[in-house]
Amino acid sequence: MVEAAAGEQLFTMPSLGADMEAGRLVAWKVGVGDAVKRGDIVAEVETEKGLIEVEVFADGVVRELLVEPGAKVPVGTALARIGGAAESGAAAGGEAETDGAGAGGAARVDVAYAPAAAPGSAPGEAIGEPVESVGETAYGAAPGKTKLDGAPSTPAARREAREKQLDVGGVRGSGSHGRVGLEDVRGAEGDAGGARVASAAATGARGEGSAAEAGRVRATPVARRRAEERGVDLGAVEGSGRDGVILLADVEKAPVGVTGPAKTKAASPAEAMRAAIGAAMARSKREIPHYYLTHTIDLGAAMSWLEARNADRPPTERVVPAALLVKATALALKKVPELNAWWTGSAAPPKAEVNVGVAISLRGGGLVAPAIPGTDQLGLDALMAAMSDVVERARRGALRASEMGSATVTVTSLGDRGVESVIPVIIPPQVAIVGFGTPSERPWVVDGEVVPRTLVTASVAGDHRVTDGHHGARLLARIEKLLQKPEKLDS
Amino acid sequence: MTRDEILAALRRHLNAIVPGEGDELALDDDIRDELDLDSMDFLKLVQGLHEDLGVDIPETDYGKLDTLEAFVGYLSR
Repeated sequence: MVEAAAGEQLFTMPSLGADMEAGRLVAWKVGVGDAVKRGDIVAEVETEKGLIEVEVFADGVVRELLVEPGAKVPVGTALARIGGAAESGAAAGGEAETDGAGAGGAARVDVAYAPAAAPGSAPGEAIGEPVESVGETAYGAAPGKTKLDGAPSTPAARREAREKQLDVGGVRGSGSHGRVGLEDVRGAEGDAGGARVASAAATGARGEGSAAEAGRVRATPVARRRAEERGVDLGAVEGSGRDGVILLADVEKAPVGVTGPAKTKAASPAEAMRAAIGAAMARSKREIPHYYLTHTIDLGAAMSWLEARNADRPPTERVVPAALLVKATALALKKVPELNAWWTGSAAPPKAEVNVGVAISLRGGGLVAPAIPGTDQLGLDALMAAMSDVVERARRGALRASEMGSATVTVTSLGDRGVESVIPVIIPPQVAIVGFGTPSERPWVVDGEVVPRTLVTASVAGDHRVTDGHHGARLLARIEKLLQKPEKLDS
Repeated sequence: MTRDEILAALRRHLNAIVPGEGDELALDDDIRDELDLDSMDFLKLVQGLHEDLGVDIPETDYGKLDTLEAFVGYLSR
Protein backbone atom coordinates (compact mmCIF):
# COMPACT_ATOMS: atom_id res chain seq x y z
CA MET A 1 0.00 0.00 0.00
CA VAL A 2 1.04 3.55 -0.68
CA GLU A 3 0.81 5.48 2.54
CA ALA A 4 0.37 9.16 3.07
CA ALA A 5 3.31 10.99 4.57
CA ALA A 6 2.76 13.45 7.41
CA GLY A 7 0.60 16.36 6.31
CA GLU A 8 -0.51 14.54 3.20
CA GLN A 9 -3.68 12.91 2.06
CA LEU A 10 -4.01 10.28 -0.57
CA PHE A 11 -6.47 10.81 -3.37
CA THR A 12 -7.75 7.34 -4.22
CA MET A 13 -9.77 5.62 -6.91
CA PRO A 14 -13.31 6.15 -5.63
CA SER A 15 -15.96 3.48 -5.47
CA LEU A 16 -18.84 4.58 -7.66
CA GLY A 17 -21.11 1.75 -6.65
CA ALA A 18 -21.11 -1.46 -4.71
CA ASP A 19 -20.21 -3.42 -7.80
CA MET A 20 -17.30 -1.30 -8.95
CA GLU A 21 -13.98 -3.05 -8.60
CA ALA A 22 -11.68 -0.94 -10.71
CA GLY A 23 -11.56 2.17 -12.81
CA ARG A 24 -9.32 3.50 -15.53
CA LEU A 25 -7.69 6.87 -15.03
CA VAL A 26 -8.37 8.69 -18.28
CA ALA A 27 -6.86 12.09 -17.60
CA TRP A 28 -5.52 14.31 -14.89
CA LYS A 29 -7.18 17.72 -14.65
CA VAL A 30 -4.40 18.98 -12.38
CA GLY A 31 -0.62 18.81 -12.35
CA VAL A 32 2.02 18.57 -9.63
CA GLY A 33 2.17 21.85 -7.72
CA ASP A 34 -1.46 22.83 -8.44
CA ALA A 35 -3.51 24.02 -5.48
CA VAL A 36 -6.84 22.23 -5.14
CA LYS A 37 -9.92 22.90 -3.07
CA ARG A 38 -12.43 20.42 -1.76
CA GLY A 39 -14.92 19.74 -4.56
CA ASP A 40 -12.52 20.57 -7.41
CA ILE A 41 -12.53 18.18 -10.35
CA VAL A 42 -9.07 16.65 -10.40
CA ALA A 43 -9.35 13.62 -12.64
CA GLU A 44 -11.42 11.86 -15.25
CA VAL A 45 -12.07 8.21 -14.65
CA GLU A 46 -13.57 5.64 -17.00
CA THR A 47 -15.71 3.13 -15.18
CA GLU A 48 -18.44 0.71 -16.05
CA LYS A 49 -20.73 3.69 -15.58
CA GLY A 50 -18.98 5.73 -18.22
CA LEU A 51 -16.63 8.68 -18.07
CA ILE A 52 -16.76 10.46 -14.72
CA GLU A 53 -15.22 13.60 -13.28
CA VAL A 54 -13.86 12.91 -9.83
CA GLU A 55 -13.79 15.56 -7.12
CA VAL A 56 -11.13 15.87 -4.46
CA PHE A 57 -12.26 15.85 -0.84
CA ALA A 58 -9.56 17.94 0.79
CA ASP A 59 -7.85 21.28 0.27
CA GLY A 60 -4.15 21.22 -0.53
CA VAL A 61 -1.51 21.04 -3.20
CA VAL A 62 -0.96 18.18 -5.61
CA ARG A 63 2.42 16.79 -4.63
CA GLU A 64 2.63 13.72 -6.77
CA LEU A 65 0.59 11.88 -9.39
CA LEU A 66 0.95 8.18 -8.72
CA VAL A 67 -0.93 6.71 -11.64
CA GLU A 68 -0.49 7.29 -15.32
CA PRO A 69 -3.49 8.06 -17.55
CA GLY A 70 -4.61 4.87 -19.23
CA ALA A 71 -3.97 2.64 -16.22
CA LYS A 72 -6.83 0.62 -14.76
CA VAL A 73 -6.51 0.29 -11.00
CA PRO A 74 -8.62 -1.25 -8.23
CA VAL A 75 -10.94 0.89 -6.11
CA GLY A 76 -8.98 2.39 -3.21
CA THR A 77 -5.68 2.59 -5.09
CA ALA A 78 -3.80 5.80 -4.30
CA LEU A 79 -3.87 8.02 -7.38
CA ALA A 80 -2.19 11.13 -6.06
CA ARG A 81 -0.65 12.70 -2.98
CA ILE A 82 -2.29 15.88 -1.81
CA GLY A 83 -0.19 17.91 0.59
CA GLY A 84 -1.29 20.64 2.97
CA ALA A 85 -1.34 24.04 1.28
CA ALA A 86 1.45 25.37 3.48
CA GLU A 87 3.87 22.67 2.41
CA SER A 88 3.65 23.25 -1.29
CA GLY A 89 7.29 24.19 -1.61
CA ALA A 90 8.53 20.89 -0.29
CA ALA A 91 6.66 18.78 -2.78
CA ALA A 92 9.03 18.93 -5.72
CA GLY A 93 11.06 15.83 -4.85
CA GLY A 94 8.02 13.65 -4.59
CA GLU A 95 10.02 11.00 -2.73
CA ALA A 96 7.84 8.11 -1.78
CA GLU A 97 7.75 6.79 1.72
CA THR A 98 6.28 3.45 1.01
CA ASP A 99 6.36 -0.14 2.00
CA GLY A 100 7.41 -2.84 -0.43
CA ALA A 101 4.31 -2.97 -2.59
CA GLY A 102 3.96 0.77 -2.65
CA ALA A 103 7.38 1.13 -4.17
CA GLY A 104 5.77 -0.15 -7.33
CA GLY A 105 3.57 2.91 -7.30
CA ALA A 106 6.56 5.17 -7.14
CA ALA A 107 8.26 3.25 -9.93
CA ARG A 108 5.15 3.64 -11.99
CA VAL A 109 5.29 7.37 -11.69
CA ASP A 110 8.81 7.32 -13.02
CA VAL A 111 7.65 5.30 -15.99
CA ALA A 112 4.92 7.77 -16.70
CA TYR A 113 6.61 11.02 -16.04
CA ALA A 114 10.29 10.46 -16.72
CA PRO A 115 10.49 10.07 -20.48
CA ALA A 116 14.24 10.59 -20.26
CA ALA A 117 14.74 7.00 -19.13
CA ALA A 118 16.32 4.86 -21.83
CA PRO A 119 13.55 3.13 -23.75
CA GLY A 120 15.15 -0.27 -23.57
CA SER A 121 15.84 -0.31 -19.85
CA ALA A 122 13.34 -1.72 -17.44
CA PRO A 123 11.78 1.27 -15.74
CA GLY A 124 11.99 -0.31 -12.31
CA GLU A 125 15.76 -0.52 -12.53
CA ALA A 126 16.02 3.21 -12.85
CA ILE A 127 15.23 3.59 -9.21
CA GLY A 128 16.57 0.26 -8.07
CA GLU A 129 13.29 -1.54 -7.52
CA PRO A 130 12.50 -5.12 -8.41
CA VAL A 131 11.17 -5.07 -11.94
CA GLU A 132 8.07 -7.04 -11.17
CA SER A 133 6.76 -4.46 -8.72
CA VAL A 134 6.07 -2.14 -11.63
CA GLY A 135 3.61 -4.58 -13.04
CA GLU A 136 2.01 -5.33 -9.71
CA THR A 137 1.01 -1.83 -8.87
CA ALA A 138 0.21 -0.49 -12.24
CA TYR A 139 -1.63 -3.40 -13.73
CA GLY A 140 -2.97 -5.42 -10.84
CA ALA A 141 -1.12 -8.26 -9.18
CA ALA A 142 1.45 -10.26 -11.05
CA PRO A 143 0.72 -13.96 -11.54
CA GLY A 144 0.64 -15.91 -8.32
CA LYS A 145 -0.14 -12.94 -6.12
CA THR A 146 -3.33 -12.73 -4.15
CA LYS A 147 -5.33 -10.23 -6.12
CA LEU A 148 -6.20 -9.27 -9.64
CA ASP A 149 -8.02 -5.99 -10.08
CA GLY A 150 -9.00 -5.99 -6.44
CA ALA A 151 -11.31 -8.99 -6.52
CA PRO A 152 -10.46 -11.63 -3.95
CA SER A 153 -10.04 -14.97 -5.67
CA THR A 154 -8.96 -18.47 -4.84
CA PRO A 155 -5.64 -19.84 -6.09
CA ALA A 156 -7.44 -22.44 -8.22
CA ALA A 157 -9.63 -19.72 -9.75
CA ARG A 158 -6.57 -17.65 -10.61
CA ARG A 159 -4.80 -20.59 -12.16
CA GLU A 160 -7.88 -21.42 -14.22
CA ALA A 161 -8.26 -17.79 -15.25
CA ARG A 162 -4.62 -17.62 -16.34
CA GLU A 163 -5.01 -20.72 -18.43
CA LYS A 164 -8.18 -19.43 -20.04
CA GLN A 165 -6.72 -15.94 -20.51
CA LEU A 166 -9.54 -14.50 -18.48
CA ASP A 167 -9.38 -11.40 -16.36
CA VAL A 168 -10.31 -12.46 -12.83
CA GLY A 169 -11.21 -8.84 -12.13
CA GLY A 170 -14.00 -9.16 -14.66
CA VAL A 171 -15.48 -12.26 -13.03
CA ARG A 172 -18.21 -11.90 -10.42
CA GLY A 173 -17.35 -13.89 -7.32
CA SER A 174 -20.02 -16.03 -5.70
CA GLY A 175 -18.07 -16.73 -2.51
CA SER A 176 -18.13 -14.74 0.70
CA HIS A 177 -17.10 -11.10 0.17
CA GLY A 178 -17.40 -11.65 -3.55
CA ARG A 179 -14.48 -14.05 -3.60
CA VAL A 180 -14.01 -15.52 -7.05
CA GLY A 181 -13.91 -19.30 -7.03
CA LEU A 182 -13.04 -21.89 -9.65
CA GLU A 183 -16.68 -22.34 -10.65
CA ASP A 184 -17.08 -18.59 -11.18
CA VAL A 185 -14.17 -18.57 -13.60
CA ARG A 186 -15.52 -21.61 -15.43
CA GLY A 187 -18.96 -20.00 -15.57
CA ALA A 188 -17.52 -16.79 -16.93
CA GLU A 189 -15.57 -18.69 -19.52
CA GLY A 190 -18.71 -20.36 -20.75
CA ASP A 191 -20.72 -17.23 -21.33
CA ALA A 192 -20.54 -14.86 -24.25
CA GLY A 193 -17.31 -13.45 -22.93
CA GLY A 194 -18.32 -10.95 -20.27
CA ALA A 195 -15.05 -11.30 -18.45
CA ARG A 196 -13.16 -11.02 -21.69
CA VAL A 197 -15.13 -7.92 -22.51
CA ALA A 198 -13.99 -6.45 -19.22
CA SER A 199 -10.49 -7.47 -20.03
CA ALA A 200 -10.75 -5.93 -23.46
CA ALA A 201 -11.96 -2.72 -21.91
CA ALA A 202 -8.96 -2.82 -19.62
CA THR A 203 -6.52 -3.24 -22.43
CA GLY A 204 -8.12 -0.63 -24.62
CA ALA A 205 -8.22 -0.68 -28.38
CA ARG A 206 -6.35 -3.94 -28.58
CA GLY A 207 -9.40 -5.91 -27.49
CA GLU A 208 -9.82 -7.89 -30.66
CA GLY A 209 -6.16 -8.23 -31.30
CA SER A 210 -5.50 -9.82 -27.96
CA ALA A 211 -8.33 -12.25 -28.31
CA ALA A 212 -6.84 -13.38 -31.58
CA GLU A 213 -3.37 -13.43 -30.11
CA ALA A 214 -4.52 -15.56 -27.22
CA GLY A 215 -4.89 -18.45 -29.59
CA ARG A 216 -1.25 -18.34 -30.60
CA VAL A 217 0.86 -17.27 -27.67
CA ARG A 218 0.07 -17.96 -24.05
CA ALA A 219 0.97 -15.10 -21.77
CA THR A 220 -0.47 -13.48 -18.69
CA PRO A 221 -2.42 -10.27 -19.33
CA VAL A 222 0.17 -8.23 -17.46
CA ALA A 223 2.97 -9.75 -19.52
CA ARG A 224 1.03 -9.08 -22.71
CA ARG A 225 0.56 -5.44 -21.81
CA ARG A 226 4.18 -4.99 -20.86
CA ALA A 227 5.23 -6.66 -24.09
CA GLU A 228 3.19 -4.21 -26.09
CA GLU A 229 4.64 -1.29 -24.15
CA ARG A 230 8.19 -2.43 -24.69
CA GLY A 231 7.64 -3.57 -28.24
CA VAL A 232 8.53 -7.15 -27.42
CA ASP A 233 7.38 -9.84 -29.82
CA LEU A 234 5.68 -12.41 -27.59
CA GLY A 235 6.21 -15.11 -30.19
CA ALA A 236 9.95 -14.91 -29.57
CA VAL A 237 9.71 -15.07 -25.79
CA GLU A 238 10.17 -18.29 -23.88
CA GLY A 239 7.65 -18.64 -21.08
CA SER A 240 8.85 -19.74 -17.66
CA GLY A 241 5.39 -20.15 -16.18
CA ARG A 242 3.27 -23.24 -15.85
CA ASP A 243 2.91 -24.97 -19.23
CA GLY A 244 5.17 -22.38 -20.80
CA VAL A 245 2.92 -19.42 -20.09
CA ILE A 246 4.87 -16.17 -20.56
CA LEU A 247 5.16 -14.20 -17.33
CA LEU A 248 5.93 -10.55 -16.75
CA ALA A 249 9.52 -11.35 -15.81
CA ASP A 250 10.05 -13.17 -19.13
CA VAL A 251 8.94 -10.08 -21.02
CA GLU A 252 11.20 -7.82 -19.00
CA LYS A 253 14.20 -10.05 -19.82
CA ALA A 254 13.39 -10.32 -23.52
CA PRO A 255 15.11 -8.19 -26.16
CA VAL A 256 13.13 -5.29 -27.50
CA GLY A 257 11.81 -5.90 -30.99
CA VAL A 258 12.79 -3.89 -34.03
CA THR A 259 9.59 -1.89 -33.79
CA GLY A 260 10.82 -0.23 -30.61
CA PRO A 261 8.71 0.62 -27.61
CA ALA A 262 5.07 0.88 -28.56
CA LYS A 263 3.03 3.78 -27.29
CA THR A 264 0.25 2.69 -24.98
CA LYS A 265 -2.84 2.72 -27.12
CA ALA A 266 -5.95 4.15 -25.57
CA ALA A 267 -9.39 3.10 -26.68
CA SER A 268 -11.54 5.92 -27.97
CA PRO A 269 -14.05 7.02 -25.32
CA ALA A 270 -16.87 5.53 -27.41
CA GLU A 271 -15.10 2.18 -27.68
CA ALA A 272 -14.25 2.11 -24.01
CA MET A 273 -17.81 2.95 -23.06
CA ARG A 274 -19.23 0.34 -25.40
CA ALA A 275 -16.98 -2.30 -23.85
CA ALA A 276 -17.92 -1.17 -20.34
CA ILE A 277 -21.64 -1.24 -21.12
CA GLY A 278 -21.18 -4.66 -22.65
CA ALA A 279 -19.45 -5.91 -19.51
CA ALA A 280 -22.09 -4.49 -17.16
CA MET A 281 -25.01 -5.76 -19.22
CA ALA A 282 -23.43 -9.18 -19.76
CA ARG A 283 -23.02 -9.43 -16.02
CA SER A 284 -26.65 -8.40 -15.48
CA LYS A 285 -27.96 -10.96 -17.95
CA ARG A 286 -25.62 -13.63 -16.59
CA GLU A 287 -26.47 -13.16 -12.94
CA ILE A 288 -29.86 -11.54 -12.57
CA PRO A 289 -32.95 -13.67 -13.17
CA HIS A 290 -35.07 -10.89 -14.66
CA TYR A 291 -38.84 -10.88 -14.73
CA TYR A 292 -40.66 -8.39 -16.94
CA LEU A 293 -44.07 -6.73 -16.78
CA THR A 294 -45.67 -4.13 -19.00
CA HIS A 295 -48.73 -1.99 -18.50
CA THR A 296 -50.47 0.60 -20.67
CA ILE A 297 -51.20 3.79 -18.76
CA ASP A 298 -53.63 6.56 -19.72
CA LEU A 299 -51.63 9.80 -19.72
CA GLY A 300 -54.60 11.97 -20.73
CA ALA A 301 -55.00 13.68 -17.36
CA ALA A 302 -51.25 14.12 -16.87
CA MET A 303 -50.69 15.61 -20.33
CA SER A 304 -53.61 18.07 -20.06
CA TRP A 305 -52.47 19.15 -16.62
CA LEU A 306 -48.88 19.60 -17.79
CA GLU A 307 -49.95 21.49 -20.91
CA ALA A 308 -51.98 23.90 -18.80
CA ARG A 309 -49.12 24.28 -16.33
CA ASN A 310 -46.62 25.03 -19.13
CA ALA A 311 -48.96 27.31 -21.10
CA ASP A 312 -48.49 30.42 -18.99
CA ARG A 313 -44.81 29.86 -18.32
CA PRO A 314 -41.79 31.02 -20.32
CA PRO A 315 -39.79 28.23 -22.02
CA THR A 316 -37.18 28.30 -19.25
CA GLU A 317 -39.77 27.17 -16.69
CA ARG A 318 -41.48 24.46 -18.69
CA VAL A 319 -41.45 20.84 -17.67
CA VAL A 320 -41.27 17.86 -20.04
CA PRO A 321 -43.50 14.79 -19.55
CA ALA A 322 -40.45 12.65 -18.70
CA ALA A 323 -40.11 14.58 -15.43
CA LEU A 324 -43.67 13.58 -14.46
CA LEU A 325 -42.89 9.93 -15.21
CA VAL A 326 -39.69 10.02 -13.16
CA LYS A 327 -41.46 11.68 -10.23
CA ALA A 328 -44.35 9.20 -10.33
CA THR A 329 -41.87 6.33 -10.34
CA ALA A 330 -39.95 7.76 -7.37
CA LEU A 331 -43.11 8.19 -5.33
CA ALA A 332 -44.41 4.74 -6.27
CA LEU A 333 -41.15 3.19 -5.07
CA LYS A 334 -41.80 4.56 -1.59
CA LYS A 335 -44.78 2.19 -1.54
CA VAL A 336 -42.86 -0.75 -2.99
CA PRO A 337 -39.46 -0.26 -1.35
CA GLU A 338 -38.32 -3.81 -2.17
CA LEU A 339 -37.61 -2.59 -5.71
CA ASN A 340 -35.52 0.36 -4.51
CA ALA A 341 -32.49 -1.58 -3.30
CA TRP A 342 -29.04 -2.93 -4.00
CA TRP A 343 -28.21 -6.61 -4.22
CA THR A 344 -25.41 -7.26 -1.72
CA GLY A 345 -24.61 -10.82 -2.66
CA SER A 346 -27.23 -12.59 -0.60
CA ALA A 347 -30.03 -10.08 -0.03
CA ALA A 348 -31.20 -6.62 -1.07
CA PRO A 349 -32.25 -4.48 1.86
CA PRO A 350 -34.37 -1.52 0.66
CA LYS A 351 -32.61 1.85 0.51
CA ALA A 352 -33.95 4.67 2.64
CA GLU A 353 -33.46 7.23 -0.14
CA VAL A 354 -34.93 7.07 -3.61
CA ASN A 355 -32.19 8.18 -6.01
CA VAL A 356 -33.52 7.60 -9.49
CA GLY A 357 -30.82 7.01 -12.09
CA VAL A 358 -31.92 8.62 -15.34
CA ALA A 359 -30.77 6.74 -18.42
CA ILE A 360 -29.30 9.21 -20.90
CA SER A 361 -28.17 8.24 -24.37
CA LEU A 362 -25.04 10.00 -25.52
CA ARG A 363 -24.52 11.34 -28.99
CA GLY A 364 -21.84 9.30 -30.65
CA GLY A 365 -22.97 6.22 -28.74
CA GLY A 366 -23.14 5.06 -25.19
CA LEU A 367 -25.38 5.42 -22.22
CA VAL A 368 -25.07 6.70 -18.67
CA ALA A 369 -27.54 6.73 -15.80
CA PRO A 370 -26.53 9.33 -13.20
CA ALA A 371 -28.57 9.57 -10.01
CA ILE A 372 -30.85 12.40 -9.02
CA PRO A 373 -30.53 12.38 -5.23
CA GLY A 374 -33.77 12.31 -3.27
CA THR A 375 -35.90 12.25 -6.42
CA ASP A 376 -39.10 11.66 -4.47
CA GLN A 377 -38.53 14.85 -2.46
CA LEU A 378 -38.22 17.19 -5.44
CA GLY A 379 -40.99 19.36 -6.83
CA LEU A 380 -41.40 19.25 -10.61
CA ASP A 381 -39.45 22.45 -11.24
CA ALA A 382 -36.52 21.26 -9.14
CA LEU A 383 -36.66 17.82 -10.72
CA MET A 384 -36.79 19.31 -14.22
CA ALA A 385 -33.80 21.52 -13.45
CA ALA A 386 -31.86 18.55 -12.07
CA MET A 387 -32.69 16.39 -15.10
CA SER A 388 -31.84 19.12 -17.57
CA ASP A 389 -28.52 19.80 -15.85
CA VAL A 390 -27.53 16.16 -15.67
CA VAL A 391 -28.44 15.51 -19.34
CA GLU A 392 -26.37 18.48 -20.43
CA ARG A 393 -23.34 17.41 -18.39
CA ALA A 394 -23.67 13.77 -19.36
CA ARG A 395 -23.49 14.75 -23.02
CA ARG A 396 -20.31 16.72 -22.58
CA GLY A 397 -18.73 14.07 -20.34
CA ALA A 398 -18.85 16.12 -17.16
CA LEU A 399 -20.73 13.95 -14.68
CA ARG A 400 -19.42 13.88 -11.12
CA ALA A 401 -18.32 10.93 -9.09
CA SER A 402 -20.89 11.89 -6.45
CA GLU A 403 -23.67 11.36 -9.00
CA MET A 404 -22.47 7.96 -10.06
CA GLY A 405 -23.00 4.76 -8.22
CA SER A 406 -25.64 6.24 -5.95
CA ALA A 407 -28.68 5.36 -8.06
CA THR A 408 -31.04 3.04 -6.21
CA VAL A 409 -33.17 2.32 -9.30
CA THR A 410 -33.11 3.40 -12.94
CA VAL A 411 -35.73 4.91 -15.21
CA THR A 412 -35.28 4.63 -18.95
CA SER A 413 -37.60 6.65 -21.12
CA LEU A 414 -37.25 6.55 -24.85
CA GLY A 415 -38.19 10.16 -25.30
CA ASP A 416 -41.14 11.51 -27.22
CA ARG A 417 -40.17 10.20 -30.64
CA GLY A 418 -39.13 6.67 -29.93
CA VAL A 419 -40.75 3.29 -29.73
CA GLU A 420 -43.88 1.93 -28.11
CA SER A 421 -42.29 0.06 -25.24
CA VAL A 422 -38.94 -0.90 -23.76
CA ILE A 423 -38.03 -4.15 -21.99
CA PRO A 424 -35.06 -2.90 -19.98
CA VAL A 425 -32.03 -4.62 -18.46
CA ILE A 426 -31.30 -4.09 -14.76
CA ILE A 427 -28.08 -2.23 -13.92
CA PRO A 428 -26.31 -4.13 -11.13
CA PRO A 429 -26.36 -3.88 -8.15
CA GLN A 430 -29.82 -2.36 -8.53
CA VAL A 431 -32.73 -4.78 -8.48
CA ALA A 432 -35.22 -3.03 -10.75
CA ILE A 433 -35.47 -0.76 -13.76
CA VAL A 434 -38.58 1.02 -14.99
CA GLY A 435 -39.08 1.81 -18.66
CA PHE A 436 -41.43 4.12 -20.52
CA GLY A 437 -42.08 3.97 -24.23
CA THR A 438 -43.18 6.93 -26.31
CA PRO A 439 -46.37 8.57 -25.09
CA SER A 440 -48.62 8.56 -28.15
CA GLU A 441 -52.23 9.00 -29.14
CA ARG A 442 -53.96 5.63 -29.45
CA PRO A 443 -57.56 4.39 -29.21
CA TRP A 444 -58.72 3.83 -25.64
CA VAL A 445 -62.05 2.98 -24.11
CA VAL A 446 -63.42 5.59 -21.72
CA ASP A 447 -66.95 5.16 -20.31
CA GLY A 448 -67.86 2.64 -22.98
CA GLU A 449 -66.67 4.84 -25.86
CA VAL A 450 -63.55 4.41 -27.96
CA VAL A 451 -61.69 7.72 -27.82
CA PRO A 452 -58.26 8.93 -28.87
CA ARG A 453 -56.07 9.18 -25.79
CA THR A 454 -52.40 9.80 -25.01
CA LEU A 455 -51.10 6.49 -23.68
CA VAL A 456 -47.72 5.28 -22.50
CA THR A 457 -46.54 1.72 -22.11
CA ALA A 458 -44.71 1.41 -18.81
CA SER A 459 -42.56 -1.60 -18.04
CA VAL A 460 -40.53 -2.93 -15.19
CA ALA A 461 -37.75 -5.49 -15.02
CA GLY A 462 -37.22 -6.92 -11.55
CA ASP A 463 -34.65 -9.20 -9.96
CA HIS A 464 -36.29 -12.51 -9.10
CA ARG A 465 -33.71 -13.17 -6.38
CA VAL A 466 -35.29 -10.29 -4.49
CA THR A 467 -38.91 -9.87 -5.55
CA ASP A 468 -41.65 -11.50 -7.59
CA GLY A 469 -43.84 -10.20 -10.36
CA HIS A 470 -46.36 -9.23 -7.71
CA HIS A 471 -44.07 -6.43 -6.52
CA GLY A 472 -43.52 -5.22 -10.07
CA ALA A 473 -47.27 -5.24 -10.70
CA ARG A 474 -47.89 -3.18 -7.56
CA LEU A 475 -45.28 -0.69 -8.68
CA LEU A 476 -46.80 -0.23 -12.14
CA ALA A 477 -50.32 0.06 -10.69
CA ARG A 478 -49.07 2.68 -8.26
CA ILE A 479 -47.38 4.67 -11.03
CA GLU A 480 -50.62 4.56 -13.01
CA LYS A 481 -52.62 5.82 -10.03
CA LEU A 482 -50.21 8.68 -9.36
CA LEU A 483 -50.32 9.80 -13.00
CA GLN A 484 -54.09 10.19 -12.77
CA LYS A 485 -53.59 12.91 -10.12
CA PRO A 486 -50.69 14.81 -11.67
CA GLU A 487 -51.05 17.86 -9.41
CA LYS A 488 -50.01 15.65 -6.50
CA LEU A 489 -46.69 14.97 -8.20
CA ASP A 490 -45.70 18.62 -7.91
CA SER A 491 -44.58 18.72 -4.31
CA MET B 1 -35.99 39.94 -37.44
CA THR B 2 -34.62 38.85 -40.80
CA ARG B 3 -34.59 35.36 -42.21
CA ASP B 4 -30.80 35.27 -41.89
CA GLU B 5 -30.92 36.32 -38.25
CA ILE B 6 -33.42 33.59 -37.47
CA LEU B 7 -31.41 30.94 -39.29
CA ALA B 8 -28.18 32.04 -37.62
CA ALA B 9 -29.80 31.82 -34.17
CA LEU B 10 -31.31 28.41 -34.96
CA ARG B 11 -28.01 26.98 -36.17
CA ARG B 12 -26.14 28.46 -33.21
CA HIS B 13 -28.47 26.84 -30.69
CA LEU B 14 -28.60 23.55 -32.56
CA ASN B 15 -24.79 23.52 -32.60
CA ALA B 16 -24.83 23.98 -28.85
CA ILE B 17 -27.04 20.90 -28.52
CA VAL B 18 -25.42 18.75 -31.22
CA PRO B 19 -21.94 20.18 -31.83
CA GLY B 20 -21.26 20.94 -35.49
CA GLU B 21 -24.43 19.42 -36.86
CA GLY B 22 -26.56 22.55 -36.85
CA ASP B 23 -24.47 23.83 -39.75
CA GLU B 24 -25.05 20.70 -41.81
CA LEU B 25 -28.83 20.78 -41.56
CA ALA B 26 -30.74 21.52 -44.80
CA LEU B 27 -33.68 23.91 -44.65
CA ASP B 28 -36.24 21.16 -45.16
CA ASP B 29 -34.63 18.42 -43.05
CA ASP B 30 -36.72 17.15 -40.16
CA ILE B 31 -34.78 18.67 -37.28
CA ARG B 32 -35.73 16.13 -34.64
CA ASP B 33 -35.06 13.15 -36.90
CA GLU B 34 -31.84 14.43 -38.42
CA LEU B 35 -30.27 15.52 -35.16
CA ASP B 36 -31.97 12.89 -32.98
CA LEU B 37 -33.38 15.48 -30.61
CA ASP B 38 -35.51 14.40 -27.68
CA SER B 39 -38.08 16.57 -25.91
CA MET B 40 -35.45 17.88 -23.51
CA ASP B 41 -33.24 18.96 -26.44
CA PHE B 42 -36.13 20.60 -28.25
CA LEU B 43 -37.04 22.52 -25.11
CA LYS B 44 -33.41 23.70 -24.90
CA LEU B 45 -33.71 25.02 -28.47
CA VAL B 46 -36.93 26.85 -27.60
CA GLN B 47 -35.29 28.25 -24.46
CA GLY B 48 -32.30 29.43 -26.46
CA LEU B 49 -34.49 31.23 -29.00
CA HIS B 50 -36.46 32.77 -26.14
CA GLU B 51 -33.31 34.19 -24.57
CA ASP B 52 -31.73 35.28 -27.86
CA LEU B 53 -34.62 36.60 -29.90
CA GLY B 54 -37.18 37.23 -27.18
CA VAL B 55 -39.70 34.95 -28.88
CA ASP B 56 -41.98 32.77 -26.78
CA ILE B 57 -43.05 29.65 -28.64
CA PRO B 58 -45.97 28.01 -26.82
CA GLU B 59 -45.76 24.28 -26.27
CA THR B 60 -48.84 23.69 -28.42
CA ASP B 61 -46.93 24.98 -31.46
CA TYR B 62 -43.92 22.64 -31.03
CA GLY B 63 -45.50 20.11 -33.37
CA LYS B 64 -45.58 22.53 -36.32
CA LEU B 65 -41.90 23.33 -36.00
CA ASP B 66 -40.25 20.40 -37.70
CA THR B 67 -37.81 22.10 -40.13
CA LEU B 68 -35.62 25.21 -40.23
CA GLU B 69 -37.95 26.56 -42.91
CA ALA B 70 -40.95 26.02 -40.61
CA PHE B 71 -39.18 27.95 -37.83
CA VAL B 72 -38.39 30.81 -40.21
CA GLY B 73 -41.99 30.96 -41.42
CA TYR B 74 -43.33 30.81 -37.87
CA LEU B 75 -40.98 33.43 -36.44
CA SER B 76 -41.27 35.89 -39.35
CA ARG B 77 -45.03 36.18 -38.96
